[in-house]
Amino acid sequence: MKKPPASSLWQRLVVRIPYAWLLIFFLVPFLIVLKISLSQTAIAQPPYTPVFSLVGGWRGLAAFFSELSLDNYRLIGSDSLYVLSYVKSLEIAAFATLVLLVIGYPIAYGIARTPRRIQALLILLTMLPFWTSLLIRIYAWMNILQRDGPLNDALMALSIVKAPPAWLSTDTAIYIGIVYSYLPFMVLPLYATLEKLDESLLEAAADLGCPRWKTFWLITLPLSSAGMLAGVLLCFIPIVGEFVIPDLLGGSQSPMIGQTIWMEFFGNKDWPAASAVAVLLVCVLVTPIVIYQNQAMRALERE
Amino acid sequence: MRKVSAFNVVAIVIGIAFLYLPIAVLVIYSFNASRLVTVWGGWSTRWYAELLHDEALLDSAFISIRLALTAATAATILGTLAALALVRFGRFRGRLLFASMIYAPLVMPEVITGLSLLLLFVAVAVDRGFWTVAIAHTTMAMCFVTVIVQSRLVDFDMRLEEAAMDLGAPPLRTFFGVTLPLILPAIAAAWMLAFALSLDDLVIASFTTGPGATTLPIRIYSQVRLGVKPEMNAVCSIMIAVVGVAVIAASLLGKLTGARGTPARL
Repeated sequence: MKKPPASSLWQRLVVRIPYAWLLIFFLVPFLIVLKISLSQTAIAQPPYTPVFSLVGGWRGLAAFFSELSLDNYRLIGSDSLYVLSYVKSLEIAAFATLVLLVIGYPIAYGIARTPRRIQALLILLTMLPFWTSLLIRIYAWMNILQRDGPLNDALMALSIVKAPPAWLSTDTAIYIGIVYSYLPFMVLPLYATLEKLDESLLEAAADLGCPRWKTFWLITLPLSSAGMLAGVLLCFIPIVGEFVIPDLLGGSQSPMIGQTIWMEFFGNKDWPAASAVAVLLVCVLVTPIVIYQNQAMRALERE
Repeated sequence: MRKVSAFNVVAIVIGIAFLYLPIAVLVIYSFNASRLVTVWGGWSTRWYAELLHDEALLDSAFISIRLALTAATAATILGTLAALALVRFGRFRGRLLFASMIYAPLVMPEVITGLSLLLLFVAVAVDRGFWTVAIAHTTMAMCFVTVIVQSRLVDFDMRLEEAAMDLGAPPLRTFFGVTLPLILPAIAAAWMLAFALSLDDLVIASFTTGPGATTLPIRIYSQVRLGVKPEMNAVCSIMIAVVGVAVIAASLLGKLTGARGTPARL
């Protein structure tokens, strides 16, 4: 398509304004985190050293670089608290994502098979909780999971348990909170691919005498793999760094990595350590993030 | 023909029930007369009445709404520009980096976004408060705006713009007269999402806030982390009601404008 030259100034502005914003407020801050993760804690304002400054010229810059060190990373590698925190986060994210896939798939599949007019309503109903604050939804679960809360009341009334079990401050509570909060993110991309599924393929399989479970296994499941991948990434990546859910529902003994960053920062006021933990977290997540980006971009261009 | 099996219905019903039961429990408890949250003391609106006397909470609510209005508007403008850049201007220099910076914040854990922005504000020695949180929320929300507007622009019928230009409309006029009205429903939806994201955010706001800018989620969090409180049930119920009504209204509105937009798009 040809563009009239008169618009080129506007064109450049349209690209450059958001570009500049993201460079300043997304990329540069991350470089600062990287730099501070190589600094030392100091009792000063800001609480780390060396402080980057262009006043000293080249000599100052050289001195600045010579003061950077990998000490924070060595600390993280040697302290089992940090290592356990990463392992626990990845473990919870992986298992919760699997549970989400198993629960979310039948829901998305069911919605995709209902008549079109009901589909829109059901999707609205699925998305509505996502619009209300995560904090509030997790708080609702704090109500339910209390020792004398409605869940235990129901379990006792049905005599499934004899004594009320403690739910809060357990990993089970974290899983419940995560599965509850992220369910819309799993259902939506799955629904989007299942809804586009060509019905005639299923009819052809049925006509040729293929049993329904086999049709599902050989046709539906492979054709919805893009939706599954999108759902899995959309859940897994943020869950690894989740803070609110483990903080309100989980126990205090073994924190997830988001809590560790929060504690180092607000509790211990150790900014360099918090930064190093954050940098390592991004390193862990960079592969899934890149896969997610490619997938999202391709999905948009295919439409 | 599609057939809905019993299994499909059961999956949907259980799924929806799972999503709504906790919210229903919270709303019911907010009307509990008893101070002991789990002991039912009859219906009452006393916790709602008590909220009106909680100055600090009302202040925070006011700050949060002002913040969400500011951040949503800024994010919508920036995000729409970014969407136009990605869809319309093809392969400009640095497009890959640009696209990565749009998609990465969508899944980036909030602790990292919050921490990195705070360190930026400290590095340039800005006083933290309302405006630093507004900038942080704008950055986070604009990427969601971009994705929504982008998906609308992708299936935009270019012939409409070409027709306007052929008839002599200058590019800017074409944009404001033809393009913008057609993508307006997407922009409105994106603004609402940005508003909700800002209103709900706890983590990023906690990192980037300063004195005098305690948002409602920060206030609620500081109360509920110590346990369940009846006043908090009431606050949360009000927020749920506000958001619920707004989203349902917007989707009805979207359906109306969408229905009107269909013949134009053919």
